[in-house]
Amino acid sequence: MLAFLVRRLAIVGPTLVFVSMLIFGLQQLLPGDPALALAGEDRDPNVIAFIHQRYHLDEPIPVRYLLWVEGVLHGDFGDSIRDKLPVGGLIAQKLPVTIELAALAMLIALAIGIPAGIVSAVRKDSLADYAANMLGLAGLSIPNFWLGIMLILLFSVELGWLPASGFVTLKEDPVQNIRTLIMPAFVLGAAVAAVMMRHTRSAMLSVLEADYVRTARAKGLTERVVLLRHSLRNALIPVITLGALELGQLLSGAVLTEQVFSIPGFGRLIVEAAFTRDYAVVQGVVMVTAAAYLLLNLLADIAYVLVDPRLRS
Amino acid sequence: MQRTTMLALALGLSVAGAAAASAQTLRIGLAEDPDILDPTQGRTFVGRIVFASLCDKLFDITPDLKVVPQLALSYAWSEDAKHLTIQLRKGVKFQDGEAFNAAAAKFNFERHINMPGSNRKGELSAVQTVDVVDDSTVRLNLAQPYSPLIAQLTDRAGMMVSPKAAQALGDKFGTAPVCAGPFKFVERVPQDRIVLERFADYWDKGRIHFDKVVFTPIVDSTVRLSNLQSGGLEIAERVAATDLPAIRADKRLKAASIVELGYQGITFNVANGPRSKNPLGADARVRQAFSLAIDRAAITNVVYNGEFFPGNQWVPTNNPYYVKSVPVPKRDVARAKELLAEAGTPHPQVTLMTPPNPDILQVAQLIQAMTKDAGFEVKIQATEFAAALQSSQKGDFEAFLIAWSGRTDPDGNIFSFISCKGPLNDGHYCNEDVDKELALARTVEDPPERLKHYAKVEAIVSKELPIIYLFHRQWLWAMSAKLNGFVAYPDALIRPQDLKVN
Repeated sequence: MLAFLVRRLAIVGPTLVFVSMLIFGLQQLLPGDPALALAGEDRDPNVIAFIHQRYHLDEPIPVRYLLWVEGVLHGDFGDSIRDKLPVGGLIAQKLPVTIELAALAMLIALAIGIPAGIVSAVRKDSLADYAANMLGLAGLSIPNFWLGIMLILLFSVELGWLPASGFVTLKEDPVQNIRTLIMPAFVLGAAVAAVMMRHTRSAMLSVLEADYVRTARAKGLTERVVLLRHSLRNALIPVITLGALELGQLLSGAVLTEQVFSIPGFGRLIVEAAFTRDYAVVQGVVMVTAAAYLLLNLLADIAYVLVDPRLRS
Repeated sequence: MQRTTMLALALGLSVAGAAAASAQTLRIGLAEDPDILDPTQGRTFVGRIVFASLCDKLFDITPDLKVVPQLALSYAWSEDAKHLTIQLRKGVKFQDGEAFNAAAAKFNFERHINMPGSNRKGELSAVQTVDVVDDSTVRLNLAQPYSPLIAQLTDRAGMMVSPKAAQALGDKFGTAPVCAGPFKFVERVPQDRIVLERFADYWDKGRIHFDKVVFTPIVDSTVRLSNLQSGGLEIAERVAATDLPAIRADKRLKAASIVELGYQGITFNVANGPRSKNPLGADARVRQAFSLAIDRAAITNVVYNGEFFPGNQWVPTNNPYYVKSVPVPKRDVARAKELLAEAGTPHPQVTLMTPPNPDILQVAQLIQAMTKDAGFEVKIQATEFAAALQSSQKGDFEAFLIAWSGRTDPDGNIFSFISCKGPLNDGHYCNEDVDKELALARTVEDPPERLKHYAKVEAIVSKELPIIYLFHRQWLWAMSAKLNGFVAYPDALIRPQDLKVN
């Protein structure tokens, strides 16, 4: 187990370096001079020249990359060109918001998706199965911005129960925090729940036909034990992989949902930064997201081992 | 089942969390997140809405564009129009308690002019030196007469910040700005909110009736309106024209509107590199035909529910500098075809670059359909804004459908766009007679005299058409019906003075 962990951790560093080079290079391919995007409507030539010089935009790409690496090694991700704030601070401000939203959405997805998947597999071709499949299809196909706007119209405008958008931190006011997050978390969670449900269902269906399940039943085990201990545990492996990927995606920021609900998370940060060619911010956000993905994959690998002891060898 | 859980949960929460709204807070929903809150470095329109509550200016405008004093009391030009003497209001304090005086004003002018990366440098380029005459009088010395200067001082170039705070924070001043406006800076969470609170020593405090102002960027206009409807905002700026019927029908809300200072138009590449060698770039008659093929009123009616105004000049038709002898042309397809026949290109092709906004794409499609009747073949190329700007500047375009947000002084809507060396003249249009008249218009103060110069410019450019002006948008606000005292200004800033909730 330890050797396995060390092996996995060893590739995290090189992967991050590779990602940082890739994203740095890709940004340069974007048409649109950052100075032009940042100089404002008047496009004062003095301002454009100043931005070029201040942010080393005229240096060759490798030189700029090394300047950036140098900063990062000193714990400095650079400053946002747009509002002069340190990128590290911006990330520290947005990351908790995105983590909370992602966690809440994942909780909703798990709470709906896995039980629904089990039920529809066990009661295959029953009314419950059809209903779960219908809802799953709906969750997958309804665009999240549309669902978001519909929820706002119902719960905020019509019923007046929830704030239409905005965000309050957990520290400021825990109740208001949940009130602002519940709709966006549901919108995000519903889509993930649908995927979870489909995968749990198909994994359960194949497991339920396996010999060891028949053996378990023949031994006279209760249906509950057969389902939860023998079937679900085996069926969960692909679902865990999927959950880690989905969680990674949630953590990289839910652009449309954040936009609709005005949640100040990663998604809006990176989109606005990309539009204004605020390279340092884009770079910082992508690095953090990549690190989160790597970490989640690592956790998923550990989880496999815990669920399936055969993988330990 | 999911829905009932959701409903129950929402109900419980709404009981637990009482409405946080207080009558003393003015909450404004913005269409974008402002950029840096430093009057010297600021570059976005939306940032100016925040400045209207945060930073007072030497002068302000009235809704009909007259200049009125704010932090200044009066101004006087010298005989030769090269010296501008400004009397400053006495007893004004910055939000950190520092006194506002002539030395502070001089500091601010020099900061606007000299700070690296200043966006005000161009606006104040005519100013050579600044003299402190006495404690409450400054004099700006100009190299040559420049009449648009006063109008510049009604906006960011006329905003005064605390010299002490500016020196302490340098180019990061915008992260904790200190000005002399009615509200002082409390905090900012990027993309989430900007919070200001009442400044107790504001010089005009009798006109301020709120304790706090909170600006929230909410990008989606439907969601901005929903926040207003659910009581989360007092004002939403830039609501969609298509939402106006719903706003007018809602008893809890009211709408306000005024025509903008800017315009929406098509810039043609007439001489900027090889791509100017197309039928429209090469021949003014083809551009005239293009203009005649467009029904401007149809565009504003179809895309904007008739809320926007057709136009044909760089200022809207109600502006004092509109040249009345050249009215908005009527659609005339027959004449357009004649012009194309004269030019020897009955079926000209052109690529029209547009930003990817849905409403602008609709405008482009209408233009495509209307000009087809005259024989044009328009290809629409929707391009992300920053990339489009770069293509435009490099001359990698044939025609560009783009908006200008507009300036108080007409010079700001025309000089940079069509003078031979203008920094925004992406089509490289150049006509010495036009340059001469534009330069002369800058030297005279008297509006009727200036209008004569602009009439000469219009006589030329309405034939040569380096830019085809299409329409002027209307600034649209929706607000709570309980809010009183709102005045719509053509610069679209929300001035907090006299606003109150009944």
